[in-house]
Formats: sequence, structure tokens, C-alpha cells
Amino acid sequence: MPRRTDIESILIIGSGPIVIGQACEFDYSGTQACRVLRAEGYRVILANSNPATIMTDPGFADATYVEPLSQEALSRIVERERPDALLPTLGGQTALNLAMGLAEGGVLEAHGCEMIGASPEAIACAEDRERFKAAMVEAGLEVPPSLVARSLEEAMAAPHTVGLPVIVRPAYILGGRGTGMASTPEELAAIAAEGLAASPISEILIERSIAGWKEFELEVMRDRADNCVVICSIENFDPMGTHTGDSITVAPVQTLSDIEYQRMRDAAFTCIRRIGVETGGSNIQFAVDPADGTQVVIEMNPRVSRSSALASKATGFPIAKIAARLAVGYTLDEIPNDITRKTPAAFEPTIDYVVTKVPRWAFEKFPGARGTLGTSMQSVGEVMAIGRTFCESLQKALRSLESGRAGLNCDPAEAAYDRLDDAALLEACAVATPERVFQLEAALRRGLGADALYAAGGVDPWFLEQMSLICAERDRLAGAAPGSLSRRDWRGLKRLGFSDAQLAYLWDAAPGEVRRARLAAGVAPTYKTVDTCGAEFAAETPYHYATFEDSDEVAPSDRPKVVILGSGPNRIGQGIEFDYCCVHAAQVLGDAGYETVMVNCNPETVSTDYDTSHRLYFEPLTTEDVLAVLESEERSARAGGGPGVAGVIVSLGGQTPLKLAGELPPGLVAGTSPASIDAAEDREQWGALCRRLGIPQPPGAVAGAAEEAREVARQIGYPVLVRPSYVLGGRAMVIVFDDEELDAAMAEISGDGSLGREGGLSAERPVLVDRFLEDAVEVDVDAVRDRAGAVLIGGIMEHVEEAGVHSGDSACLLPPVNLPAAVTEVLEGHTRAIAEELGVVGLLNVQFAVPRGPDGAPGGGPSVYVLEANPRASRTVPFVAKATGVPLVKLATLAMMGSTLADLASAGTVDGWKGPAPAPGAAEPWRQPEYISVKEAVLPFNRFPGVDAVLGPEMRCTGEVMGIDRRPGLAFAKSQIAAGAALPTSGSVFLSLADRDKAVGAVVGRRLAGMGFKLLATRGTAACLAAAGVDVDQIVAKLADPEGPHAVTLLDAGRIDLVVNTPEGRGPRADGADIRRAAAQRGVPLLTTVAAALAATAGIADQRDHPMEVRTLQEYHREMRS
Amino acid sequence: MRAAARRGGALVLADGETFEGELAGAPPPGGVTAGEVVFNTVMSGYQEVLTDPSYAGQIIAFTYPHIGNYGVVDADFESRRPFCRGLVVRDLVATPSSWRATASLDSFLMRCGLSCLAGVDTRRLTRHIRAAGAMVGAFGSAAEADLRAAAAAEPGTDGVDLVAAVTAERPYRRPTARADGRPPWRLSVVDFGVKTSILRRLAAFGHVEVVPAGYGAERILARRPHGVLLSNGPGDPAAVAGATDLIGGLLDAVPVFGICLGHQLLAATLGCETFKLPFGHHGGNHPVRHLASGAVEITSQNHNFSVADSGAPGVEVTHLNLNDGTVEGLRSLEAAAFGVQHHPEAGPGPHDSHHVFATLDAWLGELHGSAPDGAGFAAGCGLESDAPADR
Repeated sequence: MPRRTDIESILIIGSGPIVIGQACEFDYSGTQACRVLRAEGYRVILANSNPATIMTDPGFADATYVEPLSQEALSRIVERERPDALLPTLGGQTALNLAMGLAEGGVLEAHGCEMIGASPEAIACAEDRERFKAAMVEAGLEVPPSLVARSLEEAMAAPHTVGLPVIVRPAYILGGRGTGMASTPEELAAIAAEGLAASPISEILIERSIAGWKEFELEVMRDRADNCVVICSIENFDPMGTHTGDSITVAPVQTLSDIEYQRMRDAAFTCIRRIGVETGGSNIQFAVDPADGTQVVIEMNPRVSRSSALASKATGFPIAKIAARLAVGYTLDEIPNDITRKTPAAFEPTIDYVVTKVPRWAFEKFPGARGTLGTSMQSVGEVMAIGRTFCESLQKALRSLESGRAGLNCDPAEAAYDRLDDAALLEACAVATPERVFQLEAALRRGLGADALYAAGGVDPWFLEQMSLICAERDRLAGAAPGSLSRRDWRGLKRLGFSDAQLAYLWDAAPGEVRRARLAAGVAPTYKTVDTCGAEFAAETPYHYATFEDSDEVAPSDRPKVVILGSGPNRIGQGIEFDYCCVHAAQVLGDAGYETVMVNCNPETVSTDYDTSHRLYFEPLTTEDVLAVLESEERSARAGGGPGVAGVIVSLGGQTPLKLAGELPPGLVAGTSPASIDAAEDREQWGALCRRLGIPQPPGAVAGAAEEAREVARQIGYPVLVRPSYVLGGRAMVIVFDDEELDAAMAEISGDGSLGREGGLSAERPVLVDRFLEDAVEVDVDAVRDRAGAVLIGGIMEHVEEAGVHSGDSACLLPPVNLPAAVTEVLEGHTRAIAEELGVVGLLNVQFAVPRGPDGAPGGGPSVYVLEANPRASRTVPFVAKATGVPLVKLATLAMMGSTLADLASAGTVDGWKGPAPAPGAAEPWRQPEYISVKEAVLPFNRFPGVDAVLGPEMRCTGEVMGIDRRPGLAFAKSQIAAGAALPTSGSVFLSLADRDKAVGAVVGRRLAGMGFKLLATRGTAACLAAAGVDVDQIVAKLADPEGPHAVTLLDAGRIDLVVNTPEGRGPRADGADIRRAAAQRGVPLLTTVAAALAATAGIADQRDHPMEVRTLQEYHREMRS
Repeated sequence: MRAAARRGGALVLADGETFEGELAGAPPPGGVTAGEVVFNTVMSGYQEVLTDPSYAGQIIAFTYPHIGNYGVVDADFESRRPFCRGLVVRDLVATPSSWRATASLDSFLMRCGLSCLAGVDTRRLTRHIRAAGAMVGAFGSAAEADLRAAAAAEPGTDGVDLVAAVTAERPYRRPTARADGRPPWRLSVVDFGVKTSILRRLAAFGHVEVVPAGYGAERILARRPHGVLLSNGPGDPAAVAGATDLIGGLLDAVPVFGICLGHQLLAATLGCETFKLPFGHHGGNHPVRHLASGAVEITSQNHNFSVADSGAPGVEVTHLNLNDGTVEGLRSLEAAAFGVQHHPEAGPGPHDSHHVFATLDAWLGELHGSAPDGAGFAAGCGLESDAPADR
């Protein structure tokens, strides 16, 4: 059946901000869908609130709505665009839920919009656990015994009918939020209550626990003609009980005999047919009893999922792309396999390597979180590695994580578990945690044996026996010297995945020495190809991975190459925004005639799509692996008579590639030199540079020990900002107000705290102690400088939260509406001067603090302070580009390769960019007053019950959203809706303010009261408000007060619609923390700074007066250019 | 544990290409084993592949690196023993994990005297065969020159009748397992190298009697079968002695159905040409289109030869391979006969084509126009005893 001609326009809904459980895999899937549907000639309308994605680049859709993913916004978009079809299966659970809402609300029907890919009936059947299980039983498939409960009373029947232990799963949730395991009726009561609250329809499934069973997933595709294929089979290393997103997973399935595997395949087809997913991909999860092979269906996602992204990268089969084409009417046999070009997509990929995915967590950023893994997903990112064997791929994955490990063992961190006695180690291995794989290694290495470890933790003996091979080889060669090894020994080690760094540790040698000895023995990586077919057919697509075999498959080439180093696993502080940058670089360099070579290890991203660059190396981003890629590319150039590698882009992938800059061959680093990068990072050089330029910095100094830190604080005065000099994302940054707090902070960094392991404290790794500027506005500036010295100011962003909140966690405005022109001029001047002095070629981000004057307005004070400068892509670059329409990364990339901005402007070939001010007399885009863009951070506190939901200098947001509107208030309000914390337009506001905030808080209170809000406040805040002439409707008791009612009680009762709680300067106090925690859990909007409260007040006012309007980025950008 | 003491070995192909590895399994007699080298792309089902008689005369290289993960399972044998000449893998897994496993693959190889070359860059081998075409080779611990000589002396499978080596020595029966209450058919199976999975499928609707390839049409017809299945088997269809005479004697007298080699032999009898594919189809992921319905099935395949779509009169092509367009099924327009090139019985591989057996059941009903009497085969077919000899 050919492509449908009865539809012309298709609406695709993205997944919104990156949150735990729904990350950039949906940027990958959405981007693929947009591309393929446009290529098919459809008008593509995209809705997504996430500015950091590739898919919201205006070039990827005909109409790009960066608007909140709410029913209201989507309804407006449907009304405005009247799309013929809605494709809901590529934007995760968010898109599916929104599409269901639009269908049920009659919006689709009213505007003649058809849902394609999956019908509402099929979605409802897959998503409603009761219906799903009934359907499975009816189709003859086995499911675990269960019951559905809509109240706590119903839930408490489970111990009698289902048995214990049980797993509780709320309906319509993503990433397992609100799920949990209960072994006693008491535990059940607690978890059921949580689950009922988490489910939007207050419904939970209580299921007999099959924890400890083997867990499998199949990625299945089906077309209109009922052809079904399995794209990829996945086996979880961690048994049932750990969310698959938190499990180490392996493709293909390892421990099923063909009889068992085919039975599972049959069941998967029965499932997708019974649910009625007509076209596209689905993910179906199974559990298998290891004792007798009993197979049960656990769940099905009737859409593209995290696992399908992994499956696509693992096999080379582009699931999202194919799903999109199936949705518009093609059948699998009509679509060619991209990789072979000669065979059709109607087949099942077979692979000749092993893929291992390992999640990355961020527990260290959430003090109070338990750190154990369960049925609710907690990881923030993942890596994938490809090797010819499980051992090789596991070790490659572990070193890809950038969590301080060089592999499975043989590094300083391994000592941690060698200290434990056998009993303690076995106990540790019984609990799923991020560390378990290393604990298992320690146990295997000391000979505890696979049987004992299987009994303890349920990890299949197959995996344990494989890991034993790594331990055995390590033992066998522990006493060797690098120069004494035979080629066979070297090959054996490398085939097990050992890195040179591991071997250097094992032999107490320098990594360079290990490398030289290995190369002298003739052992270097060979690159094989991911080709969907186990080499049965020739592959047209250069998607490579390294392994240690006889022959190499990298083709000769004669074009100049640019190698782009990606950003590795998503983590807090380094996420999708850098993938956006790398993809832009690949696009513009490809247009400029270079052969682009991408190196990255993150399976969720667009950068690791095989058609984003000319060549893809799915490899860890370590010195050894990256140098090997460079050698491979030079070999390819020699063989093809090409000029070789013209440059390596290290400044677009965050800190990951930047850290490698110094290790690369000198002269290959494109743009800003490694020396300049160091100058910006090194405190002394940076301080000297600022002094030379006469740009004030907050006073401060370095301290190597607690006593020194006290001395610094005495000199510069409290409060001070304390931060280790070697961490990212504000890790362990704290603001302290006295000696006692300072000592505590220093102890955390130096002692056995989590940071001890990350480096500790020493003269080489001192702590930075700076004066903290209270009551200042923080400002971000993104700029590009070319080799001729021209500087383009991309944007100046004013933070909503005051300095002290990590810039990544703060909302920000572009243009900076509250900064006087005089201040922005100073900021621009400083930025230009710093760019010049550092010799930046490419992107530069500078952060400033602008103290508020006596009237509370920024810039009224004495000066502007520079906080830091980073000569690389910043987190805000995609936001700036979308707010202004200026392709900053593309311009910067070409600048790095030698173009001047003047040339690029006159050529006008980079997305039509014609210079800073396109029309004579027009303002630069970032100054554009016609509309306001707001970036807001999305925080994962609801995933970590028990963690204080207050903002601070340590970054904790996972993703961001963007609100755009002509009115600042509405832009802010949209950003809040998009972030999942829609501001109420009426109801009750609870105010609890720190003393220093009470003056501004009174303004907030007055405005809210003026709009008819009922005000609730703590006694102190109420008194302040009263003194300012604002009456409070209800006094709320402190938690310690036996009288009540307390704020937490009121929140739980749903009687508070908005919380303004600003913590006392000296750290969170118990009351505030409990209130914030409760608000975060209940999903009540929570503002923890008065600045945000002021912005919110304006937003509420605008929202009340103006209906929501939606517009496309393309329209905004057109307006700006005219 | 990993066999650190494994001996080094090598595989040498007829064109001189050499692959290093380590020997596992049983040591080959004289330090060398030779055969036609084929690659198979299944990721599970190595045991079924190794025990499929169709691999007689061949050395099997698996493209999936870990072979032996779940050991071997007594229930999964496709024949009484392996007939292949050896296997080549990237990694022979020493310690399997499966509740079904009855032994490790390595110990199974030892037991049945099969050699394995492990540690090989099997992807390089696959790419080489893909480019250069199917070829013979030899592996073992012998000196490279000896391996080269063995490879040169190996005749391969072209023009070689390998059926004689694998077919049953004497007839045997498999009791019917028909469970739907309908009377079972009497089904004769001509054993060119039949897989147990086929017999298992047939038993679901018939009494099954397996006869040697050389049993003869008259003797088969004397058994009064309702249908005859021409089984899969090894090698070159053109070389199977007496097969077309046998089939010619069956056509018009009894409905005939062929699988793989049986399909090729049927086609040859109907006047079609057969030819050797560049490197064959060996795997579990080949898409086949059923032309009448348009449906695509993912199939299990194992053949080096194929039927040419040469427009032989009276023959209709019913199935095509979507990868290379080769014939995957045909039927006679004159006689009651059809065949499929792929393996509807799976074992190993997907079950998408299982329905072929239901079709066969229904087809027999249409042809015979009435239900069978349900009686089994009469005694006296040459069985030593008439007790069902299951295997």
C-alpha cells in the first residue's frame, strides 16, 4: 500500500522537557519522524516546549510551536492549523496522554483530525492495566495475578486475592513514578496511597511480585498489512524488580534457547495484534521464571520508547523513521532498509556483536535520596557500548559513563569493595544500586562464585560467569609488565574490554607506556560496522564500533574531515543541549563540504543517528578511544588520498570533550586553543586576566584545607560560596554563612563524603572560596568570536532567581527586560574584552552578577561582577538560537574552521543569516522587544521523596522549557505551564518568607490579594504583610505548633494552590523543607525566590486578562527579520 | 573457566585466506577437518543448526559471537547426530545458563566428535564468503600447509550426493499426536535428511512414516499414504541419485509436498532448473512474500542451491524471497504438488510459516474429498518391529 494521499498535514507532539523517565530519546524519534514525513511531502506541524531539542529547530518542521504541552495549548494549535492527522506515538507518554485528551475532549473530531499510528482504543487498551491484562488473558497469554484498585480500601484486598509480595503500579504514568513493592499489608497501604496520588485517574494495579525473574523486552513493528517483525530483543542484567530504565540491559537476548525465544516472539505478536496497534513500533516486556521458563507478559508501550531508541542504535534499524512511514500507509516491504539499500525493511535485524546499556544516576545531587533502585526509574541518562562480546561491551559501557571508572575493575575506585568482608559484600550484592555491578566484580574476584551471587541478587549466572572471565584474566596477568606481553595476551585483554587506563593501573605504569607497548605488540582496534544483517549484505552506512579483530571496515576517503566529539551520557548539568550543538555542527560542516565524523556513546540522541554525520563511531569518549578514532580516520585518508583530519570539535559537547582537548594532537583542536580553555578554567590565570581588563570579580581565594578556608572567609566576609575546583554542574557548591557551616562544607569535600572519592581535597585540588553577592541578578551572555576578532553577541539573559541559584536551575528572560541599557552595554563590553583577551574562536559564555540598587532594580549598584567565562557552547545556546533565530552554533562552528562572521553574513548561506542586524536600523535579534522568551528549569524532586525541593548553587534540573509571548507575564506563565507547574488564576496562596524577602514579598501579596487570591501565611510573614497594609486571610501554624492547621496538612488536603516559600538565608529549616517537599509531591506550584514570585504575579495577571495564543517559531523569526 | 590451555588452530579457505583461532570440542582426526564453509546468521538456535542434517559436508560459521550461552537441550535435537564437519565461532561459551540445559555445548561437541575453531574474526570470514562466494576450507591444529592441502582436496558440495550419508537406514514411524478429534492422515516422509521439527509438525495431523531416500515410489505408494513429504536435506539437488525418478513416480498418484531440498527436487522433477546461490541463505530472518496474499513472513532458511524462475510450463511460483528475489515456493498446475524453499517447521527460527502445515492438512482434505479412515500405516514396511520408533 503506498503513501496516503488523503492527508496533507500531520501534527507531531514532542515529549516536552527532559525529565527522568522521558529524555532525549524522544528528540531522536521526533526528529526522525519530522524529517521523514517532510521528505514524503507532508506539511509537518510540531508542538514541543523544549528549546534544547534538535526537533524544535525551525528547520525540522513547517510549523514549530514551542508552546506548553497542555490540553489548552494543543487545542489552540489544532484549531489554528487544522491538521489532517495527529501522530501521537513518537513523543513518549506525554504525547500519548495529550493525544488521548484531545480525542476524548472531541477536539480532533471537531477539526477533522485523524489519529494515525495508534488508535485511541488501542492506546487505552495498552495503557489501562486492567484492560491490558484482560486482553492478554483472552489472547491466551499468561500474566501475573493482580487486581485493580481505585481506592485504598480496594487495594487492601490484595493480600487475600493476589498474595504478597506485590508490585503497585499507577495507571497512566511514565518512568514508573509512584510504583513500588510491598511485602506487608502496612507497606502496601503506604505505597498504594502514593500510587493512587500519582495516577492521573487515581487507579493502581496491584500485581503479584515476580521480583527476581529474568526480564526481557522485544521491540516489535507492525504494518497495515499485519506484517510483524521483531527489531531487537533485549535482556536485562538486573532481574525483575529494577525498572528497565534503571537496569543494565543487553542486546540481543543471551540466555533464552531458540524454543523459548520464539515462544516469546509469538507472544509479542499476539500482544500487538490483540491490542490493535495498527502501525508502528511497540515495546513489549516479559518476565521469565528462571526455574522453569514460565513466561508472563508484563506490559506494552504502544509507541516508540526509550528501549526503541536503544534498539535502533543497537541494530541500525531506524524504528522511529520506519514507524512514521508506516503511519502514513506504507508497508514494511515497501520501505528499503537504509543500511543495505538493497533489501527491504520487512526483515528482522540480526547482529554480530553485543550491545550493553548502562544507566547513569545522579543520587549524589540529592542528599536524602535512598540510592537504591526499584520499580520507579531514577536514572538521568545512559550510555551504550558495542563490542564483539559481552565483556568487551560491558567494560566499554562502564568507561563511557564518566563516573570515574576505567572499566569493571583495575582502577582506584575498586578498592572500595575490597575492604568489605564476604558477608557484607554479599549483602551489598543483594541490593540493586548503581554500584552493584562493581560489587559483583569484587565478589567474583575474591572467588565468592556465581552461584552464591546469583542466590544473593538474582543476576543470571551467565552474566556473572562472563564477568568472571574479566577477573580471571586480570589475575592471570596482574604480575606482567607491559613490555613482556605476547600479541596473543594483549589481544586477549583487549577483547575482554580492558582499557589502557585499567592496565596502567594494574601494572602501575603510565598509560602512555601501556599504549606504546600494546602498539609495539601490533594490537590496535579494528572498526566493524553496524549493518542490521550480520554482514550478510554490504552496508552502505558507515556506522562503526571498535573491537579487536583481524580486519577493519572503515572506507578510504578523500575529503577533509572534521571530527565532532559528543557529550556522552546525559547527566544533570550536561544534556541534550550539547547534542543539539553537535548535530548543528555536523549539519553545517557537511554543507561546507567536510566529511563529518561523530564520536559519541549516548544511544538516546540525534547525534548518534547514523545519518546525522557522514560517519558515526559509537565509542566511549576517553583519550584512548578518541585517539584511536583519529588514527582510524587518518588511515582512511591515507588510503583514499585525502587531506585527513582538518579539525576536532571539542567545544560543543560540554565538559566531556573539553577535558580531552589537552590529550589530542596539538593543532587539531578547532577554534579556541587548549591554552585559552585552560586560562578560563584556571583560577589564577583567570583572575589575572580579569584584573588586566579591569573587570571586577567577587573577592575570593583558594584554600587547600579547612583552616585556610576560614582565613579566606575572614578576609572577604560571609556569606561565601564554596566549591571544589574540579567538578561540574555546581556539584557540591554551597553558600555558607558562618565558620560552622564552612567547616561542614570542607569536611564533606575532604572527608569520606561522596566527594572524597571524586578527588578529595589537596593543594592540587583546592577549594574555591568566593564572596557570595547577596541580592544580585545573575546574567548569562552567549557570544561568538571569529579569528578576525569580530564578536557577535548572541543574547543576554536575565535570570529570574537571584545569584546563588545555579544558572541551570534558574528561569531566565531574553531580552533582559529589567536591565537598563547602560548595564547591557557594560556586559557587552566586558564580553567582547574577555573574548578578545582569551583569543576565543567560536562560542563563549560569560556569567555576570549585577547587584540590585537600593530600589531593588538591578544595575543601580556600584558595579557589574564577572563570575566565570567558558569558551565553549553553553547550556543556553539552543534557547538563544530559538529565541532570536540566529544559528549561533553553526556560525561558531564555521568560525572555528576559519570563516569570518563578515564572510558568513555576506554569503547568507547559514540558515539565511545576514549579520547581527539584518535590516538597516534594525536592532540585533536578542534586543527584539516584540516578544519575550522565558527559559524555565524542570526539576526532578517528585522522583526523590524526602529531598528538599529548594534551589541552590548545585544544579539539579534535568531539563528545560521555553515560553514565548508578546507579554512578559504570559511568556513566564507559559513557561510555568510547560514546566508542569501551571500558575493558578484564582484560589489560595501560601506565603512563608525569609526576613530579607519580606519587603518584596509584601508587593507580591498585595498584587495577589488584589486579584482575589486568598492569602495564607505563617505568623511572621503575616505580620509583615499586615504592616505593609496587606491582610492575610488565614494564619498557618508552624509544624511544631500543636494547634495547626499546618501548611503540609493543607497541601495534602488540596487547599493550597500556590506556595511561595523562600528559605532563610542560612540553609533550609525543617519547616520550609517539609512544605517544599509536600508541594513537590502534590504537584502544587512552588516558588522559592521572591524574584520568581514577582514574575509569577505578573504572569497570573496576564493570564487572567488575555486568552492563551499560540504562534510558531517561524512566525516569530520572520517578524524579527522583517 | 576459559580454556587458557586451548590449542591454537587456523582455518584456511580454498583461496588461501587464513583465519586464526583456538581449537575446542573434539580434536579433529589427523588435526584437520574440511568442508564447505557457510555462515549462519541466527542469534539463537545453534543446537538445531548443528544437528540439522542439511549441513552435511559443511563447516558452519556463526555470525553471532557468543555460541553456547544456554548449553544444549536434549529436546532440541533436529536429528540423531550432527552431520556437519565442524563449527567456527567467535566465542564458544564455556559456562552456559539455562534451566533447560542438559550439557554445555563444548561437552556436546566432545561427545559427538565435532571440532570447533573459536576466537575467529567471524565477521571477516562472513564478509570474505559474501564477496568471494561459497568455498571449501579446512581447519584444525595441523600445519598451515596441511590445512591448505586439505582444503584443496575437499570436493565441497557441488555435484556431490550427500543424501546417502544422512538418510535413515530403514523406515521408522512417529505416532500421531492429533488432538483435535479429527482422524489423522497417513503421511510418508522421504528422508533426504529430515529434521525432527518437520516430523513433529506432521504428527500433529498425521501418522508419520519416514522412509529412506532410496525406498522407491512403488514401495511408498504401497504403504497407501494420503500424502508424501519430500524432506529437507543437504547439498546439490542435481546430485541426489534417483530423486526425480522417485518423485516422478509419486506425482499423479499421491499429493506431494516438498521442503527445502525436497522442494528443489520437486521443482527439478517438474522441469525447473536449479542453481547454486553465491553464498546461500542460512539464517532465521529472511523475508518471504506469499504472492497470493501479499503477506510477508520472516522465515528460517538453510540452502545453498535454489530453483530458477525459468518459467517451466505447468509450474507456478507462489513465494519469493524479498532480499534477492529467489523462488521460495511453487506449485504444480497439473499435479497435486507444492513446495517451499524455506523451513516452515522453524527449528530454529520464527514460526511465521507454521500455517503451511495447517494448509497441508486442509489441502489433503480438499484433494481426498473425504476424511481419512484414521488408521495408521500397515505393518511390514521393512521396520524391524512395528513398534513406533520415535527419536
